[in-house]
Amino acid sequence: MNIGAPDLRELYQEVIFDHNRKPRNYRKLDPHSHHARGHNPLCGDQLEVFLQVKDGIVEDVSFEGQGCAISTASASLMTEAIKGKPLAEVEALFENFHALLTDSNAAPERDFGKLAVFAGVREFPARVKCATLAWHTLHNALSGAQEAARTE
Amino acid sequence: MSTTPSAAVAVSDLDVKSDFPILSRQVHGKPLVYLDNGATTQKPLAVIEAEREFYLADNANIHRGVHWLSQHATERYDAARARVQRFLNAAAPEEIVFTRGTTEAINLVANSWGRANLRAGDEILLTTLEHHSNIVPWQLLCEQLGCTLKVVPVNAAGELELDAFEQLLGERTRLLAITHVSNALGTINPVAELCARARAVGAVTLIDGAQAVAHARVDVQAIGCDFYAFSGHKLYAPTGIGALYARRELLDAMPPWQGGGDMIYTVSFTGSTWAPAPQRFEAGTPNIAGAIALAAAIDYLDGIGLERVAAHEDALLAHATATIGAIEGVRLIGTARHKAAILSFLVDGIHPHDLGTILDTEGVAIRAGHHCAMPLMECFGLPGTARASLALYNTPADIDALAAAIDKAQQLFGTRRTA
Repeated sequence: MNIGAPDLRELYQEVIFDHNRKPRNYRKLDPHSHHARGHNPLCGDQLEVFLQVKDGIVEDVSFEGQGCAISTASASLMTEAIKGKPLAEVEALFENFHALLTDSNAAPERDFGKLAVFAGVREFPARVKCATLAWHTLHNALSGAQEAARTE
Repeated sequence: MSTTPSAAVAVSDLDVKSDFPILSRQVHGKPLVYLDNGATTQKPLAVIEAEREFYLADNANIHRGVHWLSQHATERYDAARARVQRFLNAAAPEEIVFTRGTTEAINLVANSWGRANLRAGDEILLTTLEHHSNIVPWQLLCEQLGCTLKVVPVNAAGELELDAFEQLLGERTRLLAITHVSNALGTINPVAELCARARAVGAVTLIDGAQAVAHARVDVQAIGCDFYAFSGHKLYAPTGIGALYARRELLDAMPPWQGGGDMIYTVSFTGSTWAPAPQRFEAGTPNIAGAIALAAAIDYLDGIGLERVAAHEDALLAHATATIGAIEGVRLIGTARHKAAILSFLVDGIHPHDLGTILDTEGVAIRAGHHCAMPLMECFGLPGTARASLALYNTPADIDALAAAIDKAQQLFGTRRTA
């Protein structure tokens, strides 16, 4: 059985290169109300997510760390996507985003905005954990989990 | 293309790809270029057939049946042990214990020899180059017994700091446990010299040979080690089989570490007695077919000649080092003077994991990550590297395919001007 090559351009779209080269909101947020670390030991990806939440709204969000293009761009785009959003909406987006990357049938019909580029990751199962590391870290920060988020 | 013709090095004409059925398959519509041999090697048809033939004609349990088939299977299993003995030049077949692989072999030594011989305050000497499988069993033992781990550092080329080795080696050193060849960098350690130094202070020596046995002739008596561990699956044999060489004097005195059938002499509820070595260390029904296939893999390798394999791989490594090292933006990690056929590298602006994905779509299989050697990566200040690890069936064309795929990755990431 021969498997056709998944399209690299589906995975590495220009918006991903852009956010990898120039990650947005890449800094430590001080002061911050929420914070968590994420680690993917297999690839060595490490990042920290900082949030300033007030009255149930993500007033500001930032990240720092190092990783592959997919994990860096995902963290950068995540910060853009959730800034100014109510927490309930952020949690729903986390669930929807995860479905988008792993199960096309479960992904809801919604406007993912720039996050839609990560649908291409579905064709590269080994890379799903790269794209979700920032989101799992965000989830841990908001739920007050003490342990570092892991996508291994 | 980034390869320079002047970088080409004459490579032997050894071409055995057709002996390995999987190497003719395609991946993502491209011919498979398999450069992840440090993780596991592919299997020649001779090995696949040996395992198949055993189940077709010879299968029975060993050491227990009065029937002909059981005796026949036992003879074949024992012959496989003798084949491993000759392969390593051990003094006797009884010095070979079959295990699941290198990891189990090291755990056997830690749990049997280690628990019986080590005390609080004793020191175990390792190196920064070790695979996790030659670190964690000793850490577990140290936690239980109160021993201390000492670690020989490496220089920027990935070679052991021999002055530091001399300083760390002392009368408290009870065990030197060291890799023969670094899986992450390819560094070949001077194991015979290090074992001689360790013996001089009365320390026992263990060599992790997982990355060595397929690439050069190993002679455990010439090395002068007490233990030597290796895995079949990195030697063109199936997964789930490997062996521990243990010098007979030590092995005969070692207590069992796993209990069960086949390792006992008598069993009663007032107490049991143990079978002699090596059966004492092979509780339960072993991987009989695996042992027989391992012997077939050794036959295959010896049929080509390990010296010829080593010469081929050395030439291929020189070609790879020149070709990949000449690519703009590529940095080689691990440049020891004595290296086995492993090329660890980084490409500017492209994370190893991204590189691995892009190479894969070109049919080129490499490893990206920390190579189960996190302390070593930390020492180099890297989260990981890309690693191409070569085997006897690789050719210069495989290296050129790797170079072309790296070029494609650099174009995709826009990190290099296209030629």
